[in-house]
Parts: sequence; structure tokens; C-alpha cells
Amino acid sequence: MAQKIITGNQAVAYAVKLARTQVISAFPITPQTTVVETLAEMWAQGEYTGEFVSVESENSALAYCIGAAYAGARAFTATSSHGLAYMHELLHWASGARLPLVMANANRALGAPWCIESDQIDSLAQRDTGWIQFYCSSVQEILDTVIFAFRLAEEVRLPVMVCYDGFYLSHTYEAAAIPEQPQVDSFLPAPARKPAFDIDNPENRHGLVSAEAMARLLNVRYRATEMAGEKYELLDQEFYRAFGRSYEAVEYFGPKQAGTLFLTAGGMAQTIKSFLTVPGREEALLRVKQFRPFPSAGVRDILSCSHVERVIVADRNVCMGVGGIFAQEVRAALYGLPHPPQVIELNLAGGVDLTPEMLEKALAAAPGYAADEKIMWAVELL
Amino acid sequence: MKLQVFNDLPREEYLFCGHTACPGCAATLSVRYLTKALGKKTVFVITASCFSIIAGQPPLRTLDLNVYHCPFPSSAAVGSGLKRGLTAAGDDQTQVLVLAGDGGTFDIGLQGLSAAAERNEDIIFVCYDNEAYMNTGMQRSSASPYGSQSNTTPAPLAKPTPKKDIMSIIAAHAIPYAATATVAYPRDLLAKFSKAGTIKGFRFFHLLSPCPPGWGIESDETIELSRLAVETGVFPLYELEDGEFVTLSHKPEKLLPVADYLRPQRRFSTLTAADHEKIQNSVEHGWKKLLARAGNR
Repeated sequence: MAQKIITGNQAVAYAVKLARTQVISAFPITPQTTVVETLAEMWAQGEYTGEFVSVESENSALAYCIGAAYAGARAFTATSSHGLAYMHELLHWASGARLPLVMANANRALGAPWCIESDQIDSLAQRDTGWIQFYCSSVQEILDTVIFAFRLAEEVRLPVMVCYDGFYLSHTYEAAAIPEQPQVDSFLPAPARKPAFDIDNPENRHGLVSAEAMARLLNVRYRATEMAGEKYELLDQEFYRAFGRSYEAVEYFGPKQAGTLFLTAGGMAQTIKSFLTVPGREEALLRVKQFRPFPSAGVRDILSCSHVERVIVADRNVCMGVGGIFAQEVRAALYGLPHPPQVIELNLAGGVDLTPEMLEKALAAAPGYAADEKIMWAVELL
Repeated sequence: MKLQVFNDLPREEYLFCGHTACPGCAATLSVRYLTKALGKKTVFVITASCFSIIAGQPPLRTLDLNVYHCPFPSSAAVGSGLKRGLTAAGDDQTQVLVLAGDGGTFDIGLQGLSAAAERNEDIIFVCYDNEAYMNTGMQRSSASPYGSQSNTTPAPLAKPTPKKDIMSIIAAHAIPYAATATVAYPRDLLAKFSKAGTIKGFRFFHLLSPCPPGWGIESDETIELSRLAVETGVFPLYELEDGEFVTLSHKPEKLLPVADYLRPQRRFSTLTAADHEKIQNSVEHGWKKLLARAGNR
């Protein structure tokens, strides 16, 4: 296994190649662009031998993958921000049609005004489209998660979105182990070279149905989504056996009896971890990797421990009129607990950089927060 | 008019009877003919249109061929992806046919269509053009002709601008093959689809498809109106190869007056004599341009 110093976007490209992807269709958008460029370079050099198609829009990029998956091919696209928003209708279609697509999304804010910073609202706004969503916190994890995503997608026949912070991870160089092809093949079998439909037994797929038929299909899909959550741990163990690395759906980092927990998703976890490794720190971190299905039980198990007094949720997104979206999910997971911890939001919407100083200030201010005063705006701590 | 009998058309039927199309639907008849030409190794991608309904409620089906439905703007991209996916899956034989109405072609689907044509994707894109959004109940599209009424251009108003010239847009992409056809000339329609089936790359069909409820004609007038559209020069039949004009498939000795085509249709009921003259002039102008291109060959 070769170690390379690569960016998050390059990690995606390595994983897509190793996954023996058959059809790639994408449209460039900052900060995802180098995913497409790296794949184009691999294609031009003959390292990637599948189809590589530059389309005219993100809407067509996902539509193209949907067509490829209709045919039974392993397909991939990557996007960000407005590109993901432009795919919205097709995101629903892909999950409704039960297509095992994989997409990488470099998180970025949505205009107006134009902003290319790493807000997570692009993918979080797609939380109800039926895609499995993961948030990565390192370049290595991006590479591993893309490979993992193909396997999971094909097991449960649902599309998977692999999200990571634009620039903070998409453009930051880190050391990453590039797996060998046989290693990947052992975890993710090469796709069958066989069309998904039979010329002699034609079918009419995804045409108009009644409310009752739709309800049944939604019900089955709901169960498949739950199953994706249930399968995560087993597949992660299998991944560990193949690659020697493992990622929990909900990761705990820090002292066991911490009274104050930070909770976040994505690259901010790295900042918080390094902050917590300073001697004398007593807080811990809960990193949520899996967002859909939301690992409510895993989050609740940890936050319901009696020593947990307070959880500070670092959200780099905001749902207007409500607050940070991870914080919402955490509150929902805690609903019904007799003595839930106080949930305080540290909101970095807009893509504000999380710094150790900010964490220091948030910790100092947290005890003064009343129950009904929930959002600490990061920009006001600068 | 002399009755013609076609005993030499392929006997295979890929469109079942008992489908849910309106009586006299030219789009459905077009699909019946074109599937005879293309045969069983054809997979359909159908975008939002009357045909989303006509194709049947799954698991029922109207076509004895594989059908995949797709969202409105996406048909050219889904079809292209399906073709490349099939190639990746080891099948380079099956034809992918995208079926779209004028909305899915002239309007919401134009961007994806243009891009797929520019990439010269190996698919057949078929536009059945009934000149308005008929599936939602007759609202104007950019394919609606000058002076036509619809529920969004209701009487006493009518569409103030001419129909978009989709074939010129297609010609500008210099794709391997493009053709116009109608069900009034089934032999011509079949020959063009048979020819298209032997060509690699992007192929485009513009099928004028009279719609009895939308146009305000009787269900037994579909063929007659299709023929009048050709005989008056409103909808000439021709082929393009690599964006260049190839042949005029049917050349009337003398064009019939456009009023013969307009008068039977309720959607044109607000037109004045001056409007008729304006349309006549515009059709003659277009016809002359076409003849000039044909003469250059």
C-alpha cells in the first residue's frame, strides 16, 4: 500500500478509479473541480478505463449516472453547492429508483451572494432526498469512504453521498495510504458486465403509480435506509479486515467521564481533536460521520450518560428560524430522556473557520447560557 | 382520396392495443410505426409527457419493450447514460430511444438535448410535437405556432410569436442524422427509422403529431391534418446528414393554401384573413429557403 501526499479531491479520484467505476459523468464547480480534473487525467493516461463524460450541467451529470445505473453500470459523479441544488429533482429520482450511485460532495455555501466557503447547507438541504450521507474528517477517510460507499450502496440499493469540507479537506494535502487493487477488489467485487434488464422480458419501470403503490415503495425504501444503518458496523469491520482502518458511525474521542462534549461532523473534528489533546483539557468530542440514516441510538447512548451536562454542537450550516441542522438532529435524538444534557449551538454558518481560540471562548461562555438561549454565533466570537 | 393499403410493413407489434392514449393520437401511432422499424432490441427512455401515461401504470405496460421513465429535463442525459452504461455492461447492440414531447424537446429538455447532440451520443432522440403541453391540458410551448390558442394563450388572445425552429437548432449541431416525419406518410416514417437504426451517433426525429383534443379536430382527422401540414408546406418532410440538407422526402407539385390546414382546427379560430395571409407568406418563405437548400445538393 503506497503512501501519497494528496488532497481530498484527489483522494476521491483514486477511490473512484480503484472502485472500478464504469461511468463517470460530472460538471466542474469550485471546490470540487479537481476531482473531475484528476479523473480526466487518469482517463487520458489510461489508468481509468471506464467511460468519462463531461456534461453541460449538474442536472445532466446526475441524469447521466441514473441512465448508466438503469443499464446496470457502476456510476459516479461529484459536485458541490449550487451543483447539488441543481440536481435536486434527480436526487429524489435516484433514490426512488433504488439506484446504487455514489456521489462526492465538497461542502460549500449557497448564494446569494456568491460564496465558495465551506458551509454544509448544500448537502444538509438534501437530507430528505433519500440518499445515505456520510461526512468525512480527513483525506484518508474520504478515500476510504468512497470505496465503502459503493459497497454499501450496492448492498442496500440506495445512493450514497460522501461529503467533505470544501477547501479545508478538498484542497488540503494530507498523507494517505492508497490501497492496492486486489485489496479493493476483495472488499468491493468488480461490477458484473451484464445489462440490468432483459430484452426478452421487458418491463415498464418508474412510470405513474397510485398513492397506495407509492406508499408501499416508500415503506420498503424506508426499511432499506434503516438497513443501511444496521449494516454499517458489519461492513466497517469487513473494511477493517481488508484495509486495517475503521470509522465508526458515531466516534467518541477524549476522556471517558467528560461533562462537556463537543459534537460535530466533518473536518471540524480534526480541529477539536487537536484542541482536546492539549494537556489539562477535560472535554470530549462526539463526531457524527453518518448523517442519513441518523444514528440517533448511538448519539443518545453517549449523551444520556449522567456525567454529560452539556453538549456544544459545532454546526457549519443554519436552518433559518430553527438553528444548526446537526443540533436539531441531536435534540430529536435526545427527546424523551428524563435528564437530557443542555444543547448549545456553536454556529459557523457561512463557512467560518473553527479555531482553538473560538473553542476556548465557547467553553467559557457556555455555562452562562440559559435554556432558551441556544445559538452562539461564531462570527461574534471572532 | 384514394385508400392506400400497406401490406409490406413489418407485422411485429410492439404497441399493445388497449392503451390509454386519446383516440386519434398521432404520437401513439408514430410509436407503433417506429418500433416496427427498430425492432425488439430497443429500450425506451420516456420523459414527462402524454407518453408517461400512455406507457401504462407499472407493472402494466403498453410497449412490449423495456421502458425507463425519467424526470422532465433529463431525458437526453438519461438516455445517453443508459447507452454508455450498456456499453460498459457489454451490450453494444441495443438501441436507446428517447421519447419526448415538444415540452421535453423545445423547452425544458433543450439544454440536455443540445449537449447530448454536441457530444454525438449514440442515441435516437424522438420528439413527438403536438405543439403545446397537452398532458397538462393544452398550455402553450415554444413549439406552438403563431396564432394558436391554448389555455395560457386563450382567445381572444393567441400566441403572438412564431414556432421555434427546432430543426435549424438541431442542424447547427451537425449530428449524423435528423429527419422530419408524420404518420400520414408511414412508409417514409418507417424508412427513416430503419435508416436511423443503421447509423451510429446522435439521431434526431421531429414528428408532427396532431392532437385531436388539443387542436380541436375530430379523432378521424389526424392523418388528414398530418398530410395537410405537409401538402401546405407547414411541415415539410426532409432529412439532414451531418447538419447538411440531404433530401426533400416529399415535394408537392404545388403547395395547398395554408388556410386549408388552419381552418379545420379550433385552436386557430381567432385568426383573421390578415393572419392567414401572414402565415401563408411565412410558410412560403420557409418553403423557398428549403427548396434552395435542396437545390444545392
